[in-house]
Amino acid sequence: MEDKTIICRCEDVTLEEIRKAIAEGARTLDEIKRLKRCGMGPCQGRTCRPLIAGEIARMTGQNPAELALPTFRPPVVPLKLGTLARGGVPDEQA
Amino acid sequence: MNRHEVIIIGGGVTGCSIAYHLAERGMRDVAVLERAYLTSGATGRCGAGFRHQWGTKTNCLLARYAIARLEHLAEELDYPEGIEIKQEGYLLLAYTPKMEEQFKKNLALQKSLGIDARWVTPREAREIVPFLNTEGLLGATFCPKDGHANPFKVTDAYARAARRLGVKIHTYTEVRDIKIEGSLKTVITNRGTFQAPVVVNAAGGHAAEIGRMVGVDLPIVPERHQILVTEPVEQVLGPMVMSFYHNLYCQQTPHGSFIMGLGDPNEPKEYNVRSSWQFLTQMARKAVWLLPVLKNVRVVRQWAGVYDMSPDRQPVLGEVPGVPGFYVAAGFSGHGFMIAPMTGQLMAEVILGLPTTLPVDMFSLSRFTTGELFVEPSVV
Repeated sequence: MEDKTIICRCEDVTLEEIRKAIAEGARTLDEIKRLKRCGMGPCQGRTCRPLIAGEIARMTGQNPAELALPTFRPPVVPLKLGTLARGGVPDEQA
Repeated sequence: MNRHEVIIIGGGVTGCSIAYHLAERGMRDVAVLERAYLTSGATGRCGAGFRHQWGTKTNCLLARYAIARLEHLAEELDYPEGIEIKQEGYLLLAYTPKMEEQFKKNLALQKSLGIDARWVTPREAREIVPFLNTEGLLGATFCPKDGHANPFKVTDAYARAARRLGVKIHTYTEVRDIKIEGSLKTVITNRGTFQAPVVVNAAGGHAAEIGRMVGVDLPIVPERHQILVTEPVEQVLGPMVMSFYHNLYCQQTPHGSFIMGLGDPNEPKEYNVRSSWQFLTQMARKAVWLLPVLKNVRVVRQWAGVYDMSPDRQPVLGEVPGVPGFYVAAGFSGHGFMIAPMTGQLMAEVILGLPTTLPVDMFSLSRFTTGELFVEPSVV
């Protein structure tokens, strides 16, 4: 992968930025998420999480299977505030 | 054995700010112990706002000094990426005559302390937030210099500046016990033992647990508060909108997402950082009623954190009477992030025996035995 490759498509975070964060001492997905926003977008990290985990493992010599994952937070998919305000009934049925 | 001059327990914005201010004043042999990663507690879960509009003199002054620092923090700490600061005000809504009376009292106090806040009518409120539902609204107070900053960046800026000055920050290092022999404190963690004559308890919602390790009973209890964030959209909401009547706040960040939260007066006093679906629907109902334009904005994530609540909703700052060298900076009751620049400065001054920039005696733990509480009325 190239440095300019976009790792987090929701928040436009490049591989270069991820590598810089790890080089500066970040060791966990949680730390990188909070400083770079990757995993905070609408996809909730479904795309970037395994890619970043692989990069942390490669750069720090850790076993990817042993990296702690950030908490998966609800909702599973983005939901409109208006739909939630109606108790879960979407627009077209309201 | 790791020997230091000062050990700070807690790697939130408060602990990192204290570490920086100590080092900046020449006390560089400082270790920060954080049980997970920096900002993993209340700092990284907070609403990210700052305001001048308080109901006690101490909070008005702390906020005024702290916000003046936040305005130039990126330069002060040489943090080129910036702290995502935004100053488009806080609009505090009044729905009852009692609230209006309290707000006007607060305004008089704020004015006397050099804070530029004013009363606005419902019509003027709509000029500030054009899509605000003003049903039942008696008026509001507005301070244009209130705003938002990114807690992750602020903490990172303090941590980096502290490290450059020699401070050691140990993450994933959880304090298990503290032993005191003479003036020396031995702090036992899952990653070895640390010793110092001075220990600072900046453990937020865990502050009371840390206090118990040295036999000190801190009246600080964790209280869950829930919050959500939406997808980013174009900038439409300038100020933070806050209603004590609905117990809610909502602000659009410079990133474009909306952050909003609710307080629940019936929340049990326990350590709980799990979110609930009940919050999601209640929050959505209140937010869409107050700011109808939000109905088509999507929620991407919800979470919870704890306020470290004290009986008068004011922090405990200073040395614990009877335990020389053991200091507390906790009990921020939901406004620790915004005053952190001053917390760090004042705590460093107290620890180093320097004159303090603002009076701090009223924040002493002893107020809970002498009964000299000073309740902050304006908290969500």
